[in-house]
Amino acid sequence: MADFVSIKNLEPLKQIIAKHKDEPGCAMPILQETQGAYGYLPIELQKEIAEALGVSLSEIYGIVTFYTQFTTVQKGKNRIGVCLGTACYVRGSQKILDRIERELNIKVGDNTGDMKFALAATRCLGACGLAPVMMINDDVYGDLSPDKIPDILAKY
Amino acid sequence: MEMLNIKINGQDYQVPKGSTILEAARTNNIHIPTLCYLKGINEVGACRMCLCEIKGGRALVAACVYPCNEGMEVFTNTPLVRETRRAVLDLILSNHNRECTTCERSGVCELQQVSEDMGIKEMRFPAQKKEEFTIDEVSPSVVRDGSKCILCGRCVAVCKDVQGLGAMGPTSRGFNKSIDPAFGMSLAESNCINCGQCIVNCPVGALKEKDDTDKVWAALADPTKHVVVHSAPSVRAGLGEPFGMPVGSLVAGKLAASLRRLGFDKVFDTNFAADVCIMEEGTELIGRVTKGGVLPLITSCSPGWVKYAEMYYPDLLAHVSSCKSPQGMMGSILKYHYAKQAGIDVKDIFVVSIMPCTAKKYEVSRPELAVNGIPDNDVSITTRELARMIKQAGIDFTSLPDEEFDTYYGDYTGAATIFGATGGVMEAAARTAVEVITGKEAATIDYEGVRGIEGVKTAEVKAGDLTLKVMVAHGGANIRTVMDKLRAGELKDVHFIELMACPGGCVNGGGQPIVNAQDKMFRDIRVERAAALYKEDKDVLKLRKSHENPSVQRLYKEFLGEPNSHTAHEYLHTKYSAKPKISK
Repeated sequence: MADFVSIKNLEPLKQIIAKHKDEPGCAMPILQETQGAYGYLPIELQKEIAEALGVSLSEIYGIVTFYTQFTTVQKGKNRIGVCLGTACYVRGSQKILDRIERELNIKVGDNTGDMKFALAATRCLGACGLAPVMMINDDVYGDLSPDKIPDILAKY
Repeated sequence: MEMLNIKINGQDYQVPKGSTILEAARTNNIHIPTLCYLKGINEVGACRMCLCEIKGGRALVAACVYPCNEGMEVFTNTPLVRETRRAVLDLILSNHNRECTTCERSGVCELQQVSEDMGIKEMRFPAQKKEEFTIDEVSPSVVRDGSKCILCGRCVAVCKDVQGLGAMGPTSRGFNKSIDPAFGMSLAESNCINCGQCIVNCPVGALKEKDDTDKVWAALADPTKHVVVHSAPSVRAGLGEPFGMPVGSLVAGKLAASLRRLGFDKVFDTNFAADVCIMEEGTELIGRVTKGGVLPLITSCSPGWVKYAEMYYPDLLAHVSSCKSPQGMMGSILKYHYAKQAGIDVKDIFVVSIMPCTAKKYEVSRPELAVNGIPDNDVSITTRELARMIKQAGIDFTSLPDEEFDTYYGDYTGAATIFGATGGVMEAAARTAVEVITGKEAATIDYEGVRGIEGVKTAEVKAGDLTLKVMVAHGGANIRTVMDKLRAGELKDVHFIELMACPGGCVNGGGQPIVNAQDKMFRDIRVERAAALYKEDKDVLKLRKSHENPSVQRLYKEFLGEPNSHTAHEYLHTKYSAKPKISK
């Protein structure tokens, strides 16, 4: 996973905005790509986006807070999302989550001290056949058991 | 107009094509409850109070957005409709902070009214309280109480679409959804211009003005203070409403009488300063036109517009008149001329303004509206707050005699009183400018071209050989239309622009009495209140031009010298500067 851009460097943001500005419904792709580049969407970046799109900050903030995949606070580089959807839950995903919390010594919603990992519980990831499932960044891990967790985390 | 034949509750009706069920029903005096509906501004079908049944329909429909079609049969009062609406209302009430006895909106609350109409006697889903909300009272103008918000979105639509701002919006989702400025900031830190249009369009008590009546009561009770009051033009066009008088009642005489009975030492009128404002701003305009200053000149009476300019058009501030608003001028005149004349130390005089405006509260606190660090006005209260004070004092407003304002600083012309309506400042300025430029009495002083509620008005004023091109806009979104054109260099031939932050001008200010959305569906309160001011101008007041006000002439003789003189600049003019939109 590449390092995130510092929010002091607004150049990548400007490029993202320029790329999408004239598309209808451009706020979503701009926010997604901006979060991809910077790792999160703090007020500094949202102000720039609002100004460039000619809308109010509260409108951008409304979108960001509506969708759970957006975050306004810095998250660890590797994002773990453990599915607590119905299928995964009955197949024991709570135990997976508990094990990750223990391994990383953090709670759901937190980052590790070194900002290497961020842990979140998610809704259904759409891979119920592999339950219990989790994702780390874009990688999907299925058919999990708590004992498999340390090896998986070690890859990152 | 093409008409449709429909049935409502078994009765036949003809309604214009394009009508919604709600319009069809209410036009025919069939009541359908609504909460989120705000004609022309918020027609979104969000609150679901207006659900109705359609014959052959699969589900209930929202009457406020569902269009009528030929042969449609609508039912507004079936058991299914009543039960469903009741369930919707129960859910809205379940987490509404129902502290009606201490709520400012009690009696003019649309949720309370709907609950009463629907016979709510108990809470079906009690104690599903929202998480604790903190009350946002940082702004000097607007107080927000999220515990009473029903998420109807009316404030959001008004702020974004009518005012062109979007200071607050829906944040988060589901049970956690709230209407807030971004990043949990206070409204005071957002791009809010303090206009209060959110307040007058809120159906409940989630938005209200910052109550400053305690400060006024305290001053009135303080024997060491000489407490003087002045009230803006629009107050006399709205104050009757909280006492049951019809919208558009002109109550200038009862206003003066009620202020006197509240115990103010002197009852003056901001209209006096409005006349002075015309002398100053008119002279500034003539100066800029004849000497080649920055044009167009733009009015600076509306503190909401001034803040708009500082945040959104800082590059164009040179266009904004250096004149203080009439409120500012009046305070300054009272503290530095009246006080001296009356032998009162400036420390001992306490100036209260009654305004149709919540932004005036903010203006009072601005260092730009002060002389030597002493604020021009000490407290500004809204028309609504004055109505509450009158009620608290046990004054029977409707039976008061009509009295006059105190002389000199309470003397005014028709030109001043029309300041309250959009186009009024322009018309008042034209009446004076034309006669000053030509040196002759003008044939007509009624400038119909700048009256009315069209969003952006353009007119020409002929003054001898000179033709002044003028524009008038009201409401933030219309202001932006004009200002964006100015920025783009399209208004090079325009001489003078009047901008007012509130739609309709001050008569529909954020501090005016609240008229519920249902009543506003079939009447335009902006027009009706403005009519009261035009009536006072035409039928009541003998003098209709600011420069003919003998007390204003006297003020120039005794105090200011000439318009735009050094003394006038010291007390009646100011300068504004750029502000960030978001101060967090």
